[in-house]
Amino acid sequence: MPSFQEIIFKLKQYWAERGCIIQEPYDVEVGAGTMCPETFLRVLGPKPYRVAYVQPSRRPADGRYGDNPNRLFKHSQLQVILKPSPGDVVEQYLGSLEAIGIDLRKHDIKFEEDNWEAPTLGAWGIGWQVMLDGLEITQFTYFQQCGGIDLDVVPAELTYGLERLTAFLQVKDSVYDIDWTQGFTYRDVRYLDELQYSVYNFELADVPTLWKLFDLHEGEAGRLLKLYDPKSTEKLRFPLLPAYDQVLKCSNIFNTLDARGAISVTERVGVIQRVRRLAVGAAQAWADQQQQQTSEAAQ
Amino acid sequence: MSVPLLLEIGTEEIPDWMIRPALDDLRRLFEKTEIPHASIRMDATPRRLVLRAEGLPPRLADRQERVQGPAKSAPPKAVEGFARKQGVAPEDLIVETTAKGEYYSYVKRVPGRAVKELLAEALPGVILGISFPKTMYWTGKGGPRFIRPIRWIVALLGEDIIPFELAAVRSGSLTSGHRRLGAREIVVTASDYEERLGDHYVILSAEARRKKIADGMAGVRIKRDEALLETLVYLTEFPTPITGGFDPEFLQLPEEVLITVMRHHQRYFSVEDAQGKLAPQFVAVMNIDSDPEGFVRRGNERVLRARFNDARFFWETDQKKKLADRVPDLAHVTFQAKLGSYLEKTERMIALTGMLGGDQHAAQAAQLSKCDLTTELVKEFTELQGVVGGLYARVQGEPEPVWQAIYDQYKPESMEDGIPRNRTGQIVALADKLDTLTGCFRVGLIPTGSRDPFALRRAAQGVVKILVEGKIELDLRDLIGRERLDNPDLRDFFEDRIRFYFRDYRGFAYDEVNACMAVASRNLVDLEARLVRVQKLRGSADFEPLAASFKRIRNILEQAKFTGLGAIDETLLDPGPERDLYDEYRRIAGQPIESAISRLRPKVDLYFDKVLVNAPDARVRRNRLTLLNTMLREFSTIADFSEIVTKS
Repeated sequence: MPSFQEIIFKLKQYWAERGCIIQEPYDVEVGAGTMCPETFLRVLGPKPYRVAYVQPSRRPADGRYGDNPNRLFKHSQLQVILKPSPGDVVEQYLGSLEAIGIDLRKHDIKFEEDNWEAPTLGAWGIGWQVMLDGLEITQFTYFQQCGGIDLDVVPAELTYGLERLTAFLQVKDSVYDIDWTQGFTYRDVRYLDELQYSVYNFELADVPTLWKLFDLHEGEAGRLLKLYDPKSTEKLRFPLLPAYDQVLKCSNIFNTLDARGAISVTERVGVIQRVRRLAVGAAQAWADQQQQQTSEAAQ
Repeated sequence: MSVPLLLEIGTEEIPDWMIRPALDDLRRLFEKTEIPHASIRMDATPRRLVLRAEGLPPRLADRQERVQGPAKSAPPKAVEGFARKQGVAPEDLIVETTAKGEYYSYVKRVPGRAVKELLAEALPGVILGISFPKTMYWTGKGGPRFIRPIRWIVALLGEDIIPFELAAVRSGSLTSGHRRLGAREIVVTASDYEERLGDHYVILSAEARRKKIADGMAGVRIKRDEALLETLVYLTEFPTPITGGFDPEFLQLPEEVLITVMRHHQRYFSVEDAQGKLAPQFVAVMNIDSDPEGFVRRGNERVLRARFNDARFFWETDQKKKLADRVPDLAHVTFQAKLGSYLEKTERMIALTGMLGGDQHAAQAAQLSKCDLTTELVKEFTELQGVVGGLYARVQGEPEPVWQAIYDQYKPESMEDGIPRNRTGQIVALADKLDTLTGCFRVGLIPTGSRDPFALRRAAQGVVKILVEGKIELDLRDLIGRERLDNPDLRDFFEDRIRFYFRDYRGFAYDEVNACMAVASRNLVDLEARLVRVQKLRGSADFEPLAASFKRIRNILEQAKFTGLGAIDETLLDPGPERDLYDEYRRIAGQPIESAISRLRPKVDLYFDKVLVNAPDARVRRNRLTLLNTMLREFSTIADFSEIVTKS
């Protein structure tokens, strides 16, 4: 029976063999692997790209103090981007399940409609949730738009829920009981993350401080993005990636404030708009930079 | 000689609910090509839309086309030019006499084209013409759009491939079997297609899949669920039901919650015991042939256990704060940006229950009705809003009318759904829907065409249904504004819903509804009673002739622009038919139309036969018009019979 980390190794190996760059997790807090620059920015523009990485994904509102067997503040996604999506992308995906030891002649796989949308990113796609014996194990999406921009090339995004998948393979009712590796359970490694972040997110996070931080990061992102000059001959020097990090910071603080119950439903829409505006700005600047790079390469 | 056509559009998994409309569309688009055929059969699985037609000609018949040229009087140059254009010598033209004179013309023979060729040209457009609620592109920006990527196309006319290319896919004779149990590439012909698919674990016919599921559940007492069955039929290519179980301890949770988890979240059928109570079992439908080692069953059982554990956790957490203590929290839940929070809505609803004649229980239920929106269980299972509130109210000791009213507040959710089971619930449901309707219309959120994001049509339909079927004798005008100017759009909107309800749901005839609605109603209960009477009256032989006479009376009055009522001067009445009609009218006035109709009709007929209303003497004319108008009023209290469409 494969351990949590063996499953990760096997999946990375599988996708590496299919031409993916294997990246490490992004080092800024994100709510989903989609938000990492490796996905959010790389899907823009016409350049082919293939990448796979594990991304710890923080959802402050989903924390349960380590008590709930299936819900986590921070779960691990394996994110795969295949741009453009190959014609046999579904078969390749199913092959990855067999690679981690799931005999698909003995299990029930269904593709159920589930279109993905991230309003803070101005992004959406068409796809399915993939159900394995009644358990949702993967979100499969054909991106159509990102940062409000129609994509030139349609990538397939595969997002595996690694804890669930492992619990399934190890036949465990609680993610805390899965073997991370021999001698260490998930609980040994992650329990304190769950407990302490739940305490912080639900009880101790200081709301005025978080708002201040939100404003600061928003200000910095906005300030930088205003400096972007599409006519500049040196536009590749423009610090787009650092600006985007500031957007990610805003998004994470927004999620924390939300978990803390500090954002009313009416305010919510407004704050989502603020983050979206920045994300769209970053995406547009990136797409513009890419254009220059592509045309330079062509010359 | 005729040949069969096979068209299979091979795709990635299409959402189950879009498949049947897509098939209808595909058929319609194919028929629009006007390629002759004897029969069509449509089939689909999640991965293929299939059109099979029999009896196509290999080639369309030749036909003649007449091309008209210049007039016979035209200069020879023009005639030569025309002939050259047609590719013939001027001698080959004929002269025809038309209504406008003599003209040269040429009869062109148009050879019939090969059907294969026609199909190769038409099919790409037919395929991409299928409309879906939401489409995607996958080959790149500007590429073709479809519901999911097209991965293969089988297009055969008899033995031949109909050659075309679509989204970088070339049509051919290769289909694909079940994703895991079948081969990826299978050569088929039009005649062995379905059988070959069967060999590769694809049951092409939805009917056969439905039957396989039903047969596989034959030994289990499942709760019937046609909608779920249809979903599963179009979610699988080789469906096989399996039965699983769960810990009976979960049966302590409300059935509603358990069934919702099974049905909506896991697509399982729930199972009943012999007494009709929920049993700790479920039936899942797999998309493979068997589960000999029990992997699938155990996997599904584990998922369900986790889901039930979650539900139990939420159920217990929510109990820690009573519904009544949640009312202030509603201030933080937005109902609609322009219409404020749910707390404000709650306050408006409480006031409305009073206007609707609700008692203390109704006000109490209205106050608690939206509190479940703040519970964990509703956040997780939004489709259970209302129901969950009702269940919590029950365990928290609210009186029966109150918890039932909360439970039923969103009823009726469709035309077929029942109305709330008690009067308190009916009042609360009315208050909720009327508040939403008047609020939305006030701020301009009015449904247009198919766009109705706040489900206002359903809300208005619900109001009509509750008022009629709950026999609630309230005047809708008092509820939405009596003056036409108060809320003209909403009044028109309701009028449409009322017509729809009585016509399409209750089955009253179009003109009966028009006739009864043309007369002012006290309320919808009164309208319904009058409709029933008119419908019965219609069975009488006297009805339609009398209705025709009423129409005639109305026309006469309209032409004379006469609206006068008042005393009828008996001295001006002619003896004979006029006097007879008057006397009859005096005798039956005040009686219901049902008992008057057979006596009235012959008198009216005779009157119109013999009496000239438009008499030369102005006083007589006036007197006659007054009699007709008085009589029309007298017998038009239940309906305006002149609206009835008569055969004559």
